[in-house]
Amino acid sequence: MDAGSRDDFIIAIRSAFLKKGNKQRFSLIFLIILSLIFLALGRINFKPIDDVKIAIREIVYRSSFFVSIPENYLKKTYQTVQSHFVIYNDYFEIKAEIKKLKAQRNVDQFIVEENKRLKKIIDDYVAESDEVVAKIIIDKNSPFLRSLIVNKGSKNKIKLGMAVLDNNNLIGKVIEVNYLTSRILLLSDLNSKIPVIVEPGNFQSILSGTGKNDGILQYLKEDYLIEENSIIYTSGAGGLFKTGIPIGKIEINELNKEKKVDFFSNFSQLQFVKIKSFNKDMN
Amino acid sequence: MAEFSKITIVNKLLRYAPILLLFLSVLNEFDFNYLELKYFSFNFPFILIFYWSLKKVESLGYGLIFIAGLINDVVIGFPMGISSLVYLTICGFAAYFRDITLNPSLLKDWFFFLMTILVVNSMMYSSLVLIFSFNLNYNALIVNLIFTFLLYVVCANIFEVYQKLVFRKS
Repeated sequence: MDAGSRDDFIIAIRSAFLKKGNKQRFSLIFLIILSLIFLALGRINFKPIDDVKIAIREIVYRSSFFVSIPENYLKKTYQTVQSHFVIYNDYFEIKAEIKKLKAQRNVDQFIVEENKRLKKIIDDYVAESDEVVAKIIIDKNSPFLRSLIVNKGSKNKIKLGMAVLDNNNLIGKVIEVNYLTSRILLLSDLNSKIPVIVEPGNFQSILSGTGKNDGILQYLKEDYLIEENSIIYTSGAGGLFKTGIPIGKIEINELNKEKKVDFFSNFSQLQFVKIKSFNKDMN
Repeated sequence: MAEFSKITIVNKLLRYAPILLLFLSVLNEFDFNYLELKYFSFNFPFILIFYWSLKKVESLGYGLIFIAGLINDVVIGFPMGISSLVYLTICGFAAYFRDITLNPSLLKDWFFFLMTILVVNSMMYSSLVLIFSFNLNYNALIVNLIFTFLLYVVCANIFEVYQKLVFRKS
C-alpha cells in the first residue's frame, strides 16, 4: 500500500467513525465505546448496570408482547390451520390411547402411593412448593437461544433455578428473574444441561439441548443398550428437581443409529406454564 | 389546515419508517421461525441497518440504533451491549464504503455487505463464546448468515422503491 492510498484509507475510516454525521447527535466511535463499557460492566456484574438491565427488561418485555400481537395472531392462525389437517386421524388415535390409559390409571395410583411411602422411609421424599401458573409473553424461538419470557417474577416468589413444567413434563428452568417477568431456558437450548435417568435400565446421564427441537444424552457409556421409546426422567441429582419428572422419549435414527431425545412437550406451542420448586420434606 | 397537518404526520411517519421498522424488528424478531423451517432464519436488522446507513444515513440515528441494539440483547437474552456494538460496526462499515465508493451499484453493495456480516458475526460470536461462555449452534449461524446475505438483494430492491417514492422530493 503506497502512502497516498494509506492516507485515503485513514481519511475514510476517520470520516466514517469519528465524524458526527449529518443530523446525528453522537459519533459512531462514542457509541461503540459506550457499548463496550456496557459489555465490560455487565461482565463484571456491576450493580448499577444490573439495575438498568432489569428496568430495560421490564419495559422491553412488555412492549415486545404488544408489538408481537399481530405476528402471534398469524402464528396461531397458521398452527390452527395446520392442526385441522390432522384432526381426523388424531381423533381415532386419541380414542384408543384413552382406553389404554384408563385401564392403566388405577394401577398407577397404587404405585404412586406406594412410592411416596417408600421414599419417606429412605428420606428422599421431596415436597413441592405452590405452583405458579405463568403466561408466556415472548416466545422468540431464536436459532441461537431457546428461551421464553413469562409474566411472573420475583413479585410472585419466582426464584432462579425453579422448574418449569408443561402439564407434568419438564420443559426448562428459570434463569433470570425480574420484578414482574422471568426468563426460562428451554431444555432444547445448547446451554441447558440436566441430570436424567433413562428407563428401562436406570442409566444415569446428562441431557443437553441441541439448539433445535430435540436433545441428546451425554456422558453415557456406549455399551449401554438403550431402546427406542425409552423414557427420560429427571434423576434428581444436584437437588434442583425431584426424581422422576418426565421429559421425553428416545428416538433412534435408522440411518446413523444416533439417539435423540424427543421432548413430550412441543415448545413452540406453549401458552401457559407451571413454575415450581422442590424441597426436602421436613415432616 | 387539518388536512395539511394530516399529510405532514403521514409524511413524517413515512420518513421515519426505517427506524420504526428497526424497532419493530428487534422487539418482534420477525424471522418466520414459527413456520419451523429447519434451515431458514435471517437477520433482518443487519440488512436494514446496512442499507439505510449506506443510502440515507440520516434516516437512522446512531443513538437510536444503539438503543435498538440494547433492546435486541434484552429480547434475545444476549449480554447487554453486544448487539449495539455489532449494529454500530455495521454502520461504520457502511459509512466507510459510502465514502470510498464513486460509482455505487447493488452488486458492490451486496458483496461488501457479505464481508461486513462475516466480520461482525465473527466478532459477535467470538465474544459470546470466548468471553461469555455461550454454546452456539454453528450450523444455525451459517444458515442465518447465508439467508441474510441472499435476502439483502430482495430487501434492497424493496427499500430502493420505497426510497424513490418517499424521499424523492428531498
